[in-house]
Parts: sequence; C-alpha cells; structure tokens
Amino acid sequence: MKFSIYRYNPEKDERPYMQDVEVELLPTDRMLLDAILRIKAQDDSLGLRKSCREGVCGSDGMNINGRNGLACITPLKGLAEPVVLRPLPGLPVIRDLIVDMTQFFKQYNSIKPYLETTSPPPQKERLQSPEDREELNGLYECILCACCSTACPSFWWNPDKFLGPAALLQAYRFIADTRDENTRERLDDLEDPYRLFRCHTIMSCADVCPKELNPTAAIGKIKTQMVKRMV
Amino acid sequence: MVKRIVVGAHYGLRDWLVQRVTAVIMVLYTLLVLFLVLLFHPHQSAEWATLGHWRPLRIATFLFLLSLCWHGWVGMRDIFMDYVKPVGLRLGLQVAVILTLMAEMVWAAEILWGS
Repeated sequence: MKFSIYRYNPEKDERPYMQDVEVELLPTDRMLLDAILRIKAQDDSLGLRKSCREGVCGSDGMNINGRNGLACITPLKGLAEPVVLRPLPGLPVIRDLIVDMTQFFKQYNSIKPYLETTSPPPQKERLQSPEDREELNGLYECILCACCSTACPSFWWNPDKFLGPAALLQAYRFIADTRDENTRERLDDLEDPYRLFRCHTIMSCADVCPKELNPTAAIGKIKTQMVKRMV
Repeated sequence: MVKRIVVGAHYGLRDWLVQRVTAVIMVLYTLLVLFLVLLFHPHQSAEWATLGHWRPLRIATFLFLLSLCWHGWVGMRDIFMDYVKPVGLRLGLQVAVILTLMAEMVWAAEILWGS
C-alpha cells in the first residue's frame, strides 16, 4: 500500500517535506494504525502518538487524506492511495505527526472542566434524575483527540482566544449538568465575541468527530441559554 | 507593555442575536415586496413611483436598509476579527465601515424622503 507522509524533524530538517512510502501489509492489518506501525517497523524515525489503539485514548488524531480522524479506527479499506498523512492542522508540529497540544488543553482548562458547587455536600452523593442525566449524553463521551478543534477554521485564526469546539462541548457539558451550581459564572465567562462567538456554525467539528458527537449543537444550546437569560 | 491575551468584552451575544433578527427582518421585507409586486404588477415608472410613495412601504424600506447595514456591520467586524490582527489597522477599518454604512443610510433617507 502506498503512503505519502508529512515528515519534519526540527533538529535535522530545514523545512517539512512529504515522504513517499510503500509497505507490505498482512491480511490481519485492518486499520490505518496497523499500516503506520508497519511503516514504523521499517523506519523507526517516524514520530507519532498512539496508545489504546481502539478509539478511546484519542492519541492518534491526524489528518488522513485531508480529513481529521483517528488512525486506529480508520479502516484501510476505502482509503484512496497514496494515503496522505499529515499532522493535525493549525497546531505547532513537534515532529512528523506529533503536534503540540498545549494551546488546545489551555482552552479546555479555561472552561473549568469539573463540577463546581456552593451548597454543602449531602451525606451520600449529589443525585440526578434519569432525565437530567440524559442531557449529558453526547457530551461526556468526548476523548479530547482535538480532531474537531483542529478542523475548525475559527480555531485556526484565533487559537489563543477562541475556545474551539472541543472546549465548548465540554463547557456545555458542565452548564447542562444539574449538579453544577456555577452556571451564571460559566455563561458570563463565555459571553465574549472571541471565546464563544467566533463560532460561525461551519460545522467541520461535527463532520469530523470520530465519536460522532456534535459540538455545533452544544454551542447552539449554550447560545439558547444565553438568550433565555437575556430576554 | 506586558503581552497578555485579553478577552471578556461582553457583547458577543447581543451582536449574534442582532445578526439573526436583522436577517429575519430582511426576509420579511423581501416577501412583502414580492407580494406587492405580484399584487399590483407595476410596469411603468409611474406605477413604481406610486408604490414607492406609499408611506408604510417607505418606512419598511428604511427599516430593511437599517437592518441590512447593521447586519453588514456585524459581518464585516467578524471578518476583521478573524483576519486583521494589528489592533490599530482593525480599528481603522471598523471606523471606515461604520462611516460608509452611516453615509449610505443618510443617502437612503434622502432618496426615500427627498423630492
């Protein structure tokens, strides 16, 4: 199978280049990650992140034939050759397919991704009705692979100020959680022309999410909460 | 001066809402004009003028143009925020857009209520 892979080692290379690679696959190689690991066995200088190899850890997000996705759950069958592999767009490249996610996690941290409460803790635990819990479906499953945020043009232009779809999905996850008691501050923090409102509903995020989540819908729900609060 | 990322200008929601409301006003006006044209079939310039002199339509036209300008302002500022990074240049462009849109509104009023 033929591949064209983005290569860049800042210690050696003056500039990035695309390397053509051909690799012999075994019948058991089903997913793109299997093929990349075969390539790495041929040339161990290829840099990439991977861990769980089953779409749970979110480490191996990359741009596959122009579309962001996880290598471990992308079937080899159906990929047009040569398969063009590039690092996630819009983030600084550390080496080859490895990007610096500092900015991405900075935005995630800024939405305070944890329950905030002011009332005294109950004896056992803070309970939720099944209906209230239902609202968190489609939000809590995010694995922070950054496929969505790095597919978002608004995040490319303003990664330092715009939260990006992944962080906004998580922001709504805590706004929607009935156990959280800090909704007002959370909405105040988002009511900003940059942090939330750089989203122009382009919907690349929902298009590429490997977990089939819909950050655009969550962003819409945050806006609805804000409108409800204002009018 | 210390280099710091500053956010927190609390006007995001207002402008987002304005963009939606003005879009709805423009759609309603377009439907109104279409309806009037289908109803009266104005062919000659005089017939168009009669329709144009009808006060409710003049007011509706002015509100439509006001919505168009406001909608345009929010859109243009969005473009500047995305693509123009130097603050001074961005402010200059924003002022230029505001002045142009205001001049166009004065011109529109002149056309609608002029002799």
